[in-house]
Amino acid sequence: MNIVAAIAVLGILGAVFGLILAVASKIFEVKKDPREEAILSHLAGANCGGCGYPGCAGCAAAILAGDAPVTACAPAGAENAAAIAEIMGQSAPTGERQVAFVRCNGGTNAKKRYEYVGVQDCLSATKVAAGPLECAFGCLGFGSCVSACQFGAMSIGPNGAAVVDPDKCTACMACAKACPRKLIVSAPANPKKVKVACANQDKGKAAMNVCSASCIGCGLCEKECRKDAIHVVNGVAVVDYDKCIGCKMCTKVCPRDAILPIATAEEKEKYKAVKKAQAEKAAAAKAAAPADGAK
Amino acid sequence: MDQIYQLLAITLGAILANNFIFSQFLGICPFLGVSKKVDTAVGMGVAVTFVMGLASAITWLVNLLLVELGLEYMQTVAFILVIASLVQFIEMFLQKSMPSLYTALGVYLPLITTNCAVLGVALLNIQNKYNFISSVVYGITGGLGFLLAIVLFASIRERLVFAEYPKSFDGFPIALITAGLMALAFMGFSGLKIW
Repeated sequence: MNIVAAIAVLGILGAVFGLILAVASKIFEVKKDPREEAILSHLAGANCGGCGYPGCAGCAAAILAGDAPVTACAPAGAENAAAIAEIMGQSAPTGERQVAFVRCNGGTNAKKRYEYVGVQDCLSATKVAAGPLECAFGCLGFGSCVSACQFGAMSIGPNGAAVVDPDKCTACMACAKACPRKLIVSAPANPKKVKVACANQDKGKAAMNVCSASCIGCGLCEKECRKDAIHVVNGVAVVDYDKCIGCKMCTKVCPRDAILPIATAEEKEKYKAVKKAQAEKAAAAKAAAPADGAK
Repeated sequence: MDQIYQLLAITLGAILANNFIFSQFLGICPFLGVSKKVDTAVGMGVAVTFVMGLASAITWLVNLLLVELGLEYMQTVAFILVIASLVQFIEMFLQKSMPSLYTALGVYLPLITTNCAVLGVALLNIQNKYNFISSVVYGITGGLGFLLAIVLFASIRERLVFAEYPKSFDGFPIALITAGLMALAFMGFSGLKIW
């Protein structure tokens, strides 16, 4: 009996309050800009804070006020950005999908100075005599970025350096903020475009000594590129993604395998053979040129 | 006359000697969360005072009903229901009539729902066997005590920006130390006995 009374009283109380709230919501209704709601529905809804605004509602308000670009929500992707642009009466933004990219393929390739046994966190590791790696630029592999990623896109790769799963990555760049060595940048998701997996700004020998996968700034890629898309800047090769057409010639000439996707030995051999054949052909053509001209 | 003395005692007690924040440690979340600027602190304090006064009145009436039906053990659940709906109602009201206060309070207004000072005052009213008027006065003055505490704290925190203290105390550590020292200072009121 008591239980029935308890349920009934609380039920009635709840119903009465609910009714009052329902009436109040009509009386105190505030006309909101319907676009805000519409924009909000096109945001990722993860409240990840990657845009720099307090939650998705804050971002929607900022977009509506014109303080934030329509592409402010990276996790929502290009489709939603286009939809928001339409709501805001702008033309759809162009540009390909971006994902996070770790500018290091060191891991086990990199030489260690000492064995770090402290807290398994990259920032902590950098505080102990500037980190356990000989390379002052390399990925420490303690996974601060992995724990920062809310989408399960980061992992420590087989060789001990962090890698991004481009399918899961939403380019919120939370990992970039977590990386004490600032190794994570945003790069096109397009797997055809080459990416330099090294951030070591040391020149030549200094870079060569600390890691077997380091960019030594030799400039072979720069010479090989026909589209002027890769340049050595501050001792490390940098790709201009707008110009890169994905021919991957640079990956084949790189003596350090620092450009992703790494060319296999087979590809390199084949490339060498083709080059050799071309050179021979050119020489032969040169030799045969007068004869050709006579024809 | 007795009634007036009792109300005065309740007022002094709620604001100073038994301050909700500094001696009962209720409502610490908004106290630390909204105390960076005096303006928002005042807004939060006023909102809490308003909610606590109203909640005291309504929960006292609801408690009458519960006692009538022999359901005192449902107090906590019923009061949470009352407070949650009340805060929702106030949120709608503020959004309509005081949009600037609504945006200033932001996320902290819904947080009053889970502010234990509000539930605390409702339960303390019952515990102390206050009548309706005493309950409402205790609710409002308890809220005023909260307002006093949060405004004092916010003004100290505004000045702390210019203070010199070790970098490692930056942010919440120094705020918590300040709050602790203020609680110590408020302990001085505990000997206050007039009536």
